[in-house]
Amino acid sequence: MTLNRRDFLKISGAGAAAALAGCATTPQAAATASRRAHVVVVGAGFGGATCAKYLRMWDPNVEVTLIEPNDKFVSCPISNWVLGGLRTMDDITKGYDNLSRHGVKMVKDFVVAIDAGKREIKTRGGASITYDRLVLSPGVEVLTDTVKGFKEAEAAGKVVHAWKAGPQTAHLRKQLEAMPDGGTFVMSVPAAPYRCPPGPYERACMVAHYFKQAKPKSKIILLDGNPDVASKKGLFMDAWNTLYPGVIEYRPNNAPLAVDGDKMVVTTEFDDVKADVMNVVPRQRAGEVCELVGARNDSNKAWCTVNLATFESTTVPNVHIIGDSVLSNLPKSGHMATNHAKVCAAAIIELLAGRQPDPIPVVSNTCYSATSDATAGYVANVFRFEAGKGYVTQPDGGATGKGDEYNFSFAESWSQNIWADMLG
Amino acid sequence: MYKKTILVLAGLAGIALSGMASATDVHTRTIASTCMSCHGPNGKSVGAAPGLAGITQDKFVDMMKGYKAGTRKGTIMKKHAAGYTDAEYAAMGAYFASLK
Repeated sequence: MTLNRRDFLKISGAGAAAALAGCATTPQAAATASRRAHVVVVGAGFGGATCAKYLRMWDPNVEVTLIEPNDKFVSCPISNWVLGGLRTMDDITKGYDNLSRHGVKMVKDFVVAIDAGKREIKTRGGASITYDRLVLSPGVEVLTDTVKGFKEAEAAGKVVHAWKAGPQTAHLRKQLEAMPDGGTFVMSVPAAPYRCPPGPYERACMVAHYFKQAKPKSKIILLDGNPDVASKKGLFMDAWNTLYPGVIEYRPNNAPLAVDGDKMVVTTEFDDVKADVMNVVPRQRAGEVCELVGARNDSNKAWCTVNLATFESTTVPNVHIIGDSVLSNLPKSGHMATNHAKVCAAAIIELLAGRQPDPIPVVSNTCYSATSDATAGYVANVFRFEAGKGYVTQPDGGATGKGDEYNFSFAESWSQNIWADMLG
Repeated sequence: MYKKTILVLAGLAGIALSGMASATDVHTRTIASTCMSCHGPNGKSVGAAPGLAGITQDKFVDMMKGYKAGTRKGTIMKKHAAGYTDAEYAAMGAYFASLK
């Protein structure tokens, strides 16, 4: 099958700004032909760090600036293992030093304004940075306002969400260590969509594991804003029933409405639930920086719609959004964010060169969850992009129904390799 | 073999190769890169998962076909192998074989 240029451009679509190398040149390719193209990436998590590194690896002629306010990367995946006592904060904290070896320019700063027309960013530190293409990878904004009393209780150190790994993870571990045996740990799961669908259920396993070792009379009440376990149900139910019988009380359709830090009570539509340690995870939306360019453009103004073959915003040209902030059927996982990052990096390089990006990208998700200090299970799926349909989930993927030692070793291996792939 | 695979993939994508940079080079490189999350940067594993750099194309293709058919023992790879075409197995195999 051979297409003429007019047919090809029809297929590629205006959003891809495609033209055939050697036949025509996009305005952007022409503008950058006499100088090196500059891509700015905002946020150095799984998505942003991977995108910055792979842009440089795949095209050393592209200048890449990576803007991140934190000194170090703290991994959300494996952070539940810290709560269970399997790992320390040091184990999940990694430096960004190696990214400079790839020629990524790291800027420790915070983006406060974006002028999409001028293609210019302003930072809190006073810098103005122009870009040819911008990649936003901010993760999620946790909507603490949606739970009454959360902010006051959080400020008093009485409740954390610990849904962004860091000081709150360490704080929650200390609270669990200080809790008396026979105490009650109350945690909540937000209504989907939220970052890391199996994360809350793995967290319940990890805390139950810790209680089994150190505080065997203690209980967990798991308040779920969803009607059922939202991910890897077979794996988690098996673990709760066989490894931790009687420890975890699961209450579906029980989203927290309010938190009282003085009384240590979580209020749902049905009950006031008394806690010794409270871990409430509120609902989420795309990271704040997306709002600076109006890219939270779905019907709820919560998530970002993108061309899923290039991850370019459907409404803001030259701005790509990757990771948890994207509205799609793809799971909001760190692993998935690195896949977004690689497809996006490849597409940006083609677009900057005036070529057509891969029209049929394929991405995959791999997600392990530990059920104890020696057992884990997984979910894995492959998604193939089809024009007009988005990413189509391929048959024969899915999750394990029971954790085992074999998959625990591969969960550890996964963390070592993905951290090396994004930061090494 | 690799060139042939590229042409097959280009056919699947409905794109003529002449006169443009090969979208399929990018396709293969990108899908192969997604394997690195578990198998290590540039196919060199730093964990228990096996590396992929330097594997022969034939061995890679045989393993993937075996996972897909269920004739090769494994856990997660059966789920992944199910999502790719034979042409992609061949293209990825050639790519990993080229990594040192």
